[in-house]
Amino acid sequence: MATPEAHLSSPPSLPLVEREGPSREWKTFWSNPLAWIGTILLTLIILFSFVGPVFYPASPYTPHLNAALAPPSAAFPLGTDSLGRNNLSRLMIGGQLSLEVGFAAAFVSMVIGVGYGLVSGFVGGVLDAVLMRVVDVLYSIPSLFFLLFIDSVFKPNAVLLVFVIAMVSWFGVARLVRGEVLSLKRRDYVEAAHALGASNGRIMLRHLLPNVMGVVLVSTTLQVANAILTVAGLSFLGLGLPPPTPNWGQMLSDSMNYMFQNAWWLIYPPGFAILFVELCVNFIGVSLHQAFDPRLRR
Amino acid sequence: MSVVQTKTASPPAHDPEVLLSVRNLTKYFPITGGLFSRTVGHVKAVDGVSFDIRRGETLGLVGESGCGKTTTGRAVLRLVEPTSGQVFFEGRDIVPLPKREMRALRREMQIVFQDPFGSLNPRMSVGEILEEPLIIHRVGNRQERQQRVRELLDVVGLASYHIRRYPHEFSGGQRQRIGIARALALNPKLVVADEPVSALDVSIQSQILNLMEDLQREFGLTYLFIAHGLNVIRHISDRVGVMYLGAMVEIADADEIYRQPLHPYTEALFSAIPIPNPTVKRERIILQGDVPSPVNPPSGCRFHTRCPIAQEQCRVERPALKESRPGHWVACHFR
Repeated sequence: MATPEAHLSSPPSLPLVEREGPSREWKTFWSNPLAWIGTILLTLIILFSFVGPVFYPASPYTPHLNAALAPPSAAFPLGTDSLGRNNLSRLMIGGQLSLEVGFAAAFVSMVIGVGYGLVSGFVGGVLDAVLMRVVDVLYSIPSLFFLLFIDSVFKPNAVLLVFVIAMVSWFGVARLVRGEVLSLKRRDYVEAAHALGASNGRIMLRHLLPNVMGVVLVSTTLQVANAILTVAGLSFLGLGLPPPTPNWGQMLSDSMNYMFQNAWWLIYPPGFAILFVELCVNFIGVSLHQAFDPRLRR
Repeated sequence: MSVVQTKTASPPAHDPEVLLSVRNLTKYFPITGGLFSRTVGHVKAVDGVSFDIRRGETLGLVGESGCGKTTTGRAVLRLVEPTSGQVFFEGRDIVPLPKREMRALRREMQIVFQDPFGSLNPRMSVGEILEEPLIIHRVGNRQERQQRVRELLDVVGLASYHIRRYPHEFSGGQRQRIGIARALALNPKLVVADEPVSALDVSIQSQILNLMEDLQREFGLTYLFIAHGLNVIRHISDRVGVMYLGAMVEIADADEIYRQPLHPYTEALFSAIPIPNPTVKRERIILQGDVPSPVNPPSGCRFHTRCPIAQEQCRVERPALKESRPGHWVACHFR
């Protein structure tokens, strides 16, 4: 039986023009003003912390006791802290440690969380149940106790902090990824990959991983600021990185003591530094998400 | 649980003309409930289905939603593991094959999905989607694979400049063409088409159907074509199998079954096809009640609760699929 539309069998013509291939994601990325703001500001902050001391070599450690808690002046552009140390120098040096620990911890926790969630969600069944109960148990341990425990057993240093912070912050990513994978693995394209004879590893890496990275990127950017603040929290309890090396979190918590003396120059600079890093990373994360998810590309 | 097995008399496996031979295929999905996810019952999605498909022919599988036709298609490819039964592909039972061997065999048997939006990975370009089967089975080098991808695009009526596009940039019909091209990438012998046109506009449906017919002729493909559109099935099928509640109730040549359906369910189903002539009035057979639940299917003949000619025997004994006329198999005690 021939249907009346049978003569329509020629392929429909397409008005679309061919576009650039691989670089298209980056073009989309750079077409987003948020990406520009985030990248430029973050670059400035990184330059400030890592290259700044070259141009402003004043020592962050030398106490000027006669100028303790001095407000900003020509000699000390951002004033001095309670020991009379140059606040601008401290902000620069402190940024190095905060940025390193923040980014590294966020990255490590992302890798652990994505791998864990991917396997748990994809394999499913008993393994999934066991892995997720493990996460539940770990979640129920207050992370502060864990951090305090590790910190008191080992002598804190930056590398240890990175791993300790990653260890208490990957559960969220793991749960997020597992949930996504549970829904993604039922999609027809995953079944099509099975039908083509694709191995489980291939399905996880080629079909599931790229489709969960969007949500992962956004949550990882939040993790960066979280890690910086965790260092601050630990420092506040005296268990952060040992003085005299400053970091933004420590500077912020130290400054709380001088709040009532109106030492605003001690509070705002590290506070805004953390805020801006967080904002920049988030802008970049959202732009990446939009650029690399073809459905969100304009 | 019914132990009466439906059997066809034709010998499985040995006839070289038969590409696929399915015997007593069943798939029960467990229903879990309670605190510890105990199995509290089974959905008997496919319950003792047997059929043969000859090389180069199209077997259409029709039935209402939930009758198990999609599950049958997936169980044949072992995309869902059959609960029991045999699937002979070129004379070899593929159900017990280890995963490794099964993966190698997947070159020979492919699937086209119903939903053209869900069946393509949104993160992969058309080129990557079509190249993937070739990479998995280590076909050719990069250049040869690119060449093959262009060929495939051409075969399904897309242009080679589409290669860098992403699925969301295509219409439903075009996506379905991509899905078909992917299925053909490895030169399979059998293609299970799981309602490939149900999600498309009517005008696009016929394009895709004609494309599939052309491809069948060109590459000698064998189709297991699953659909619920009776006109679609009639258009494309050489033979038609009718399923009801997980069981095959009738199977015969397309012309024969449309001209003279034997099973009362088939009769009722086909009486729903409108006749394109306003002066002819067809007698519509309206079935009473709803399809019973596949969790607890009726005893004996699955259809006896709604059958206009049911007798006491139907309640007790499950009718086997028997050759009532040459080439016309029906599972009914009275036909």
